[in-house]
Amino acid sequence: MYVAVKGGEAAIANAHRLLADRRRGDRSVPSLTLAQIASQLSLAVDRVMAEGSLYDPELAALAVKQARGDLIEAVFLLRAYRTTLPRFGHSDPVDTGRMLVERRVSAVYKDLPGGQLLGPTFDYTHRLLDPELASDGDPDTPQTATDSGEKITRVSDILGDEGLIEEDSLTDASAPVADITRTPTEYPMGRDARLQTLARGDEGFLLALAYSTQRGYARSHPFVGEIRIGDVDVEMMIPELGFSVVVGRIKLTECQMVNQFKGSAKAPPQFTRGYGLVFGQSERKAMAMSLCDRALRAGELGEDLTAPAQDEEFVLSHCDNVQATGFVEHLKLPHYVDFQAELDLVRRMRAEHAAKTAADQTDSAGGGANKEAAE
Amino acid sequence: MNAPLTQEPTETLARYNFAYLDEQTKRMIRRAILKGIAIPGYQVPFASREMPMPYGWGTGGVQVTASIIGPDDVLKVIDQGADDTTNAVSIRAFFAKTASVETTTVTTDASIIQTRHRIPETPLQEGQILVYQVPIPEPLRFLEPRETETRKMHALEEYGLMHVKLYEDIARNGHIATTYAYPVKVEGRYVMDPSPTPKFDNPKMHRSAALQLFGAGREKRIYAIPPHTDVVSLDFEDHPFEIQHFEQPCALCGAEQVYLDEVVLDDRGGRMFVCSDTDHCETRRAGGHRGTMLGDPFLAEEKEVS
Repeated sequence: MYVAVKGGEAAIANAHRLLADRRRGDRSVPSLTLAQIASQLSLAVDRVMAEGSLYDPELAALAVKQARGDLIEAVFLLRAYRTTLPRFGHSDPVDTGRMLVERRVSAVYKDLPGGQLLGPTFDYTHRLLDPELASDGDPDTPQTATDSGEKITRVSDILGDEGLIEEDSLTDASAPVADITRTPTEYPMGRDARLQTLARGDEGFLLALAYSTQRGYARSHPFVGEIRIGDVDVEMMIPELGFSVVVGRIKLTECQMVNQFKGSAKAPPQFTRGYGLVFGQSERKAMAMSLCDRALRAGELGEDLTAPAQDEEFVLSHCDNVQATGFVEHLKLPHYVDFQAELDLVRRMRAEHAAKTAADQTDSAGGGANKEAAE
Repeated sequence: MNAPLTQEPTETLARYNFAYLDEQTKRMIRRAILKGIAIPGYQVPFASREMPMPYGWGTGGVQVTASIIGPDDVLKVIDQGADDTTNAVSIRAFFAKTASVETTTVTTDASIIQTRHRIPETPLQEGQILVYQVPIPEPLRFLEPRETETRKMHALEEYGLMHVKLYEDIARNGHIATTYAYPVKVEGRYVMDPSPTPKFDNPKMHRSAALQLFGAGREKRIYAIPPHTDVVSLDFEDHPFEIQHFEQPCALCGAEQVYLDEVVLDDRGGRMFVCSDTDHCETRRAGGHRGTMLGDPFLAEEKEVS
């Protein structure tokens, strides 16, 4: 006997209660603290801050905890909080040239002002599971050295001095900055809006697209001009004061990709730029972003548009994982009204098909049968 | 999220505005709605916000409702025609909590009805607002994936592609194979996606006394049909638009000419059909109507005979 489906409210409440229990896990094991997550799972926290577009390690750690380690869910939590915050202005452009650098590598120069600095990297580790980490032992304290005081010049500036790389299209500082969270999406997008979209885009999606450009789908002959990771001051112009003040300090990863360019009727042969800038230590994302940025500049540089990574609407309207996961997962919501409509149509078409097949068979079954069918 | 809005919020708890969205955002959305009403069927881009529910789960509808709702409104939320589907329950609870508004399941009592996939069977009245949750607002999207192109096509009123698609359906299948999200033309100008409602509901949009608002959060578009506006389903002279017909009435309330859900009763092919609009069904049953499942002797007998 059919019982009308009731009690959605109780079901939801119970499901969420069960979720809270599962999130907590074995109660004999101590609960994770936010400080533990923020300091020991810091790259997860960095990713959540980057794709959540909100720089707050404590809130990001809370989101990771609340999401049971599901980072896209954590990004979503952070975004839904961010969107409620008042917006009182925007900062001055951060100066990554004055970054307090923790890591800085260049693949195009063997040595350069400021030197190569490996910093805390997985590179050159052997990926062998370390059983000692299962226990509580503390690692050795890191080596330190005194700062040489040498300015860590950006590679793009070194190349720029010689005119080998295109000018950074310097935007008018008084022009309004795009804000993709406050204006509707419209194509074609300015590069500022595009970079904002990429900066919060899904790491996996951008990584795959970047990879596709390396495998020949819009090949751009990239070199890592420079990757730098470190802290920068965020300054803000306070009109009442008439000068900028530092409002905080954030960790950033910046990647300047240098790409070959044969030149066009308008521009001489020179290197072109692909740019990646991400909150926290997110090297993979910054590199992928810079490759995607370069691929998306195809139109501007007069290159043939042949590959998905060059297609602005394709890349930018699908790179947001909060949007993507919402829409993919909405398929689990009830669709029985639409499905009923399809059932009705398919049944009708099948009946017509069966009738037609039957009619065809009787037609071809010879005189007697034909006569019967005619009756 | 657990902060009761009626109490003084403590410093540590996040605080939210009436109906969640801040007033600036509401004003921005209201401007988009007004523009939508002024140009019926035209998709107005708006700066959709991230909402505390996922994209694709009604964020557009929720933003529209949040922007128009006031303390005196009475809200009804349906999904698949039913008030008790989980997502409808969740959205209703959201507004009950963030706006402390009265909620109802009775169509005639509601001043705002937010819906996904259905239009209530009871005709809507003047003063009521129907808010649709829209996944893909662009009716031309599956013919042309590029936004830059489709906007041009709308601007030039270039809808030939849509007619070709419908024609090809007929040539191939003998039918127009679109059963839901069936495209309509609004006030003789814009081709519009009615959201994935079954085409059964399309005629209800035509010259409806209620204001109809459509919100697509992920796609950042709002559009509208003002009251008493012409909404015509696309068709051909020799293949006129027609809606679904069900061969039996609702098994619970005996209603005919309504949209029914098919319910699987067992694994031996047993099926029953019941009203998709739960309020309509309950109101009829309260009025003494009985379907076969609830022991209408006449209908039960008739069924046995057939």
